[in-house]
Amino acid sequence: MGATQTRSGQEYQELAERTGFSAEQIRNLHKRFQQLSGNEDTISREHLKSIPALANNPIRKQIIEAFFDKRNQHGNELGSYEEIGFEEFLMVMSHFRPPTLRTTEEEKEAMRKEKVRFLFNMHDTDGDGKITLVEYRKVVEELLSKSGTIGQEAAKAIADAAMLEVASTNVPNMGPDDFYEGITLEHFEEILKGLEMETRMHVRFLDVSTTNVYCGK
Amino acid sequence: MFWRRAAHGRVGFRRSLPELGLLLLATLVLLEGSVLPLGAASSPETGITPGAGVSHGHADKNHSETKHKKPFPVLGLNYDSVKTPFEISLWVLLASLMKLGFHLLPRVSSIVPESCLLIVVGLLVGGGIKLIREEVPPVLDTKLFFYCLLPPIILDAGYFLPIRPFMENLGTILMFAVVGTLWNAFFVGGFLFAVCQIPHASLSHIGLLPCLLFGSIISAVDPVAVLAVFEEIHINELLHILVFGESLLNDAVTVVLYHLFEEFSEAGTVTVLDGFLGVISFLVVALGGVLVGAFYGFVAALTSRFTYHIRVIEPLFVFVYSYMAYLSAEVFHLSGIMALIACGAVMRPYVEANISHKSHTTIKYFLKMWSSVSETLIFIFLGVATVEGPHQWNWVFVTATVILCLVSRVIGVVGLTFVINKFRMVNLTTKDQFIIAYGGLRGAIAFSLGFLLDIEHFKDMREIFLTAIITVVFFTVFVQGMTIKPLVELLAVKKKQEAKRSINEEIHTQFLDHLLTGIEDICGHYGHHHWKDKLNRFNKKYVKGFLIAGERSKEPQLIAFYHKLEMKQAIQLVESGGGSKLPSAMPSTVSMQNIQPKNQPPPPKPTERALPQLTKGREEEIRKILRSNLQRTRQRLHSYNRHTLVADPDEEGFQDIILKKQKMMELDRKIKEMANYLSVPSHPKDSPTMSRARLASGRNTDFIPAQQQKGNKKSPGM
Repeated sequence: MGATQTRSGQEYQELAERTGFSAEQIRNLHKRFQQLSGNEDTISREHLKSIPALANNPIRKQIIEAFFDKRNQHGNELGSYEEIGFEEFLMVMSHFRPPTLRTTEEEKEAMRKEKVRFLFNMHDTDGDGKITLVEYRKVVEELLSKSGTIGQEAAKAIADAAMLEVASTNVPNMGPDDFYEGITLEHFEEILKGLEMETRMHVRFLDVSTTNVYCGK
Repeated sequence: MFWRRAAHGRVGFRRSLPELGLLLLATLVLLEGSVLPLGAASSPETGITPGAGVSHGHADKNHSETKHKKPFPVLGLNYDSVKTPFEISLWVLLASLMKLGFHLLPRVSSIVPESCLLIVVGLLVGGGIKLIREEVPPVLDTKLFFYCLLPPIILDAGYFLPIRPFMENLGTILMFAVVGTLWNAFFVGGFLFAVCQIPHASLSHIGLLPCLLFGSIISAVDPVAVLAVFEEIHINELLHILVFGESLLNDAVTVVLYHLFEEFSEAGTVTVLDGFLGVISFLVVALGGVLVGAFYGFVAALTSRFTYHIRVIEPLFVFVYSYMAYLSAEVFHLSGIMALIACGAVMRPYVEANISHKSHTTIKYFLKMWSSVSETLIFIFLGVATVEGPHQWNWVFVTATVILCLVSRVIGVVGLTFVINKFRMVNLTTKDQFIIAYGGLRGAIAFSLGFLLDIEHFKDMREIFLTAIITVVFFTVFVQGMTIKPLVELLAVKKKQEAKRSINEEIHTQFLDHLLTGIEDICGHYGHHHWKDKLNRFNKKYVKGFLIAGERSKEPQLIAFYHKLEMKQAIQLVESGGGSKLPSAMPSTVSMQNIQPKNQPPPPKPTERALPQLTKGREEEIRKILRSNLQRTRQRLHSYNRHTLVADPDEEGFQDIILKKQKMMELDRKIKEMANYLSVPSHPKDSPTMSRARLASGRNTDFIPAQQQKGNKKSPGM
């Protein structure tokens, strides 16, 4: 069936070291990747859009964009891909690993920074390192996108209130003529401090081989 | 002496308060002691009998009329007819005054948890009564306890249960509650039976089944005690919900085990079939209780949909439906505690959307008040009941019980955590395990269950059991309760974070939920985010429309949260007088204009002003005053305990506040216009309520002189 069968255990090993997944998890994710891509080597946005379960998700577009965002590949590139391969897919997924008992405090801290940066990249769509008011408004609008017209008007007010709060917590003593340009990564980390990202932002990855749909915890 | 006291000033005042407290206590003890045993002491089985007093009064009257005509009594004494309500009120008053007294002695209450002090008070009162009269009234009447004292505490806990952490940790909680309690019961019961076989302990008359019954009574962690102690140590949310959730859910296990062993103590033997039936019974008791509670919760929510015109009785529905749920569950021998929790938790989101703000406050206050008084009374009665007895002290039995309880708890927690950690995402550390084990307090429920034991069937055993139970309760409440706070400090256990619940956190929590659901869908497996999302959508589509009145049924959660936040702020503004007083939390000088996209020209130099009406300094002053009234302060939704309830002022003032705010914003704008009169005027407001100054959309349609336009290009814009 083509190139997929030549992936050896060694490649998996290398990926495992880079992303932190176990070999079993990588195998399962590979199976899923092949399913989504129709046994091709790469997937495009259309492949992800066609997942039926995602249709109900209000932030579907942002999630799909995150997979194609170059900034999430642990490199320093900007911009986005048109198509991604399994390696990139895995890299994005690795942001959602949970910490284990053996994770040290420094590793947990690093994990948290990773996850917060991932979220930040999702909001900062133009890649300038700041979440501006317009971008923030977009976020809230998307969240309320399934709620009709009431949502749109309130979205603006909510986004304004939220931005104001970020500004007042991080730069409390602004003069009347100063301008708060946008939320930087540090400010973003600050407001998410209370949420303990390293423990909340994770998905359970399967260790045992399964078929398509697997119900359970 | 007077002048010397006055000269000491504050110190003197402080010293007089404890003396006042002691004086009050002495008076009350004397009063209770003389008044309470006046009438016939009510027996445990009959409980409250107000009828007896009335008939007694009548009999007297008839009796006196047959004799000879006495002169008309101007002043008479008829204590019997008011005896019972009078005594009840006196006890409640004592409880409340004690609570008051403790908070006037800050040093003592910081070292010793309130529950210990209350038990001591109970001991003193009981001792006082015993000295004055020989017998002490049996106050910890089982019916009184289970039907009057316990429900308010559980309803308070259930109504304000933090659903999210509870659901996230439900598996762990159930493991501890079910498996842990079973383990404790069998371990303690089994080993005690072995202890009873020791030849010289004079315990050989206690069989295996009574021992197991005793084990099942003593093994359950008590929600009242846990609440009382944990509330003061402010531990982090995870541990709190684990221990507290366990104490609530183990009620089903306790009920089943208790009835099982009680039945079979009479029969004498247990077969495998009985064991199997016991398991089925457990499922029925637990699930049945939850279903009954959920049913009543839905009915209450539905009722609240129609209370628009009679707001006054809204709180009553909440209380009565919950109590009915509890009683209905008790009718069928289902777990009343679980019914109550389910009822409160299910009805809350819908009822809160339907009822008025005042009703919400009323419910909150009443629940806190009742549960507070109940808790106080329970501990005092525990003290009184200790003095009363009946006791039979048996060194071997009691020490064995205490040691076995501790050992089994530790082994149970460690063993279970080992298993649980394989399934949890966030593992429990050793520190967590220690706190969970140490927080396994026993309390009044165990004592009441012991009291409930049939006197006939457990002839010689009941007193020994009761003594042992009281000792364990005292040990856990006093020793563990007092030392847990310094231990928490010593071990540097994570404390409870102040729940900010800012609008940002809400936005990002929702965002994260959707993100994780999306990632799970991409991964292809249905994790618990998927099911949670499905439940939410089902809830939004069908249930909310059915149970919530009017417009609010379609309101998304984020908007509802935002409105709630706005209202709280407006109320704060009312409280601060709406004037120039600064709100107490950390104020910042950031206001809306700091985050506006900067396309307004910089302020012109003073010489270029065409309207020099205000001096720069005066203008600044006015701006500062205005800004201080519109400031966004850091929002803190207080996580209250019974000692600190934030006052909620009038709802009617709300509309005025909105108007005031809008007026202030107009003023602010006008002043800015005067200073930068060449700037672009703001667009008119379009948001219906609670809008702050809008951001200029950035379109300059007005005439701007060339100089200002250059300024435009220079300013950084986004």
